[in-house]
Amino acid sequence: MNVMTQAASTSEAVPLSMRGPAPVQVVVGYGFWLFLLSDIIIFAALFATYAVLSGETNGGPPGAALFDRTHVFFETACLLVSSVTCGFATLAVQRRNMLVAFPWMIATLVLGAAFLCLEQSEFVHMLATGNGPSRSAFLSAFFTLVGAHGLHVTVGLVWLVIMMLQAATLGLRPMVRRRFFCFGLFWHALDIVWIGVFTIVYLGAR
Amino acid sequence: MNYERNAQGKAPGITEHSRIRRRSYLIGLFYAAILTLASFWAASTDLVYAPGVPILLAVLAIAQMGVHLVFFLHISSAPDQTNNFLALAFGIFVVGLVVFGSMIIMDNLNHAMMPMDQLMHMQR
Repeated sequence: MNVMTQAASTSEAVPLSMRGPAPVQVVVGYGFWLFLLSDIIIFAALFATYAVLSGETNGGPPGAALFDRTHVFFETACLLVSSVTCGFATLAVQRRNMLVAFPWMIATLVLGAAFLCLEQSEFVHMLATGNGPSRSAFLSAFFTLVGAHGLHVTVGLVWLVIMMLQAATLGLRPMVRRRFFCFGLFWHALDIVWIGVFTIVYLGAR
Repeated sequence: MNYERNAQGKAPGITEHSRIRRRSYLIGLFYAAILTLASFWAASTDLVYAPGVPILLAVLAIAQMGVHLVFFLHISSAPDQTNNFLALAFGIFVVGLVVFGSMIIMDNLNHAMMPMDQLMHMQR
């Protein structure tokens, strides 16, 4: 730590190659950022598939007949607000303020769960009316893309619950703070992917 | 978290730092909410020239992604963010290649393919 402080204060004099390894927080954050970018590239492949297949309805209903914009608007609002509550939770965790962090974590959990419930009710309704993924190439691509995002949100919620348990049992030690920081990055990245989903899939539906 | 580097005692600077970042989330929420509402409005209104709506939606979506990157993920072009920024630039490059490359190739194949009824006829 002392070495790092010195290096930071004399960063002009010491060349980059001689400043030693970066602090753990920086390495962890950068590594997780690279993972997020590769995850977004996976989503890019799914978006490309959807863009190619979105017109191939095989006589089935097109997107405009299936999607309910009010429904999607509430999903979007849930994710957007949960991104902000997650940011507040991250700030409180970095300040080691458990009493502030926990309500924000619970708010994030509730909003994420509300998003999943809305999405699930949409999927169930589509499946019940015979418009499942096997109906047409368009619906296969739709369920793959939106389902992959929903799966990520589910994984994120499980991660959040694990972080709450770790914060409660281990306390906000540096390791737990780093993990929660990574969870925050993950959650924000999912919200960015959702912008693509609601614009291309729902609002761009013909 | 730059302040973790010099963690000798909790400096009062930390609270000031986090207040700035709290404000950044609120500013981000404000811009993102406006852009989201504008997207939903643009998709359902008759006021915008219909063929221009997809372009307007694309512009609003890219703007909102930018807002999320700057105000939520705190990515910037500052000197201490060079690595993050270059990784992001490469990510955007690959995403563009995958999405637009696939679309152009598949569109070309669609054009080059014989209409389905003629194809069926030839197989007989």
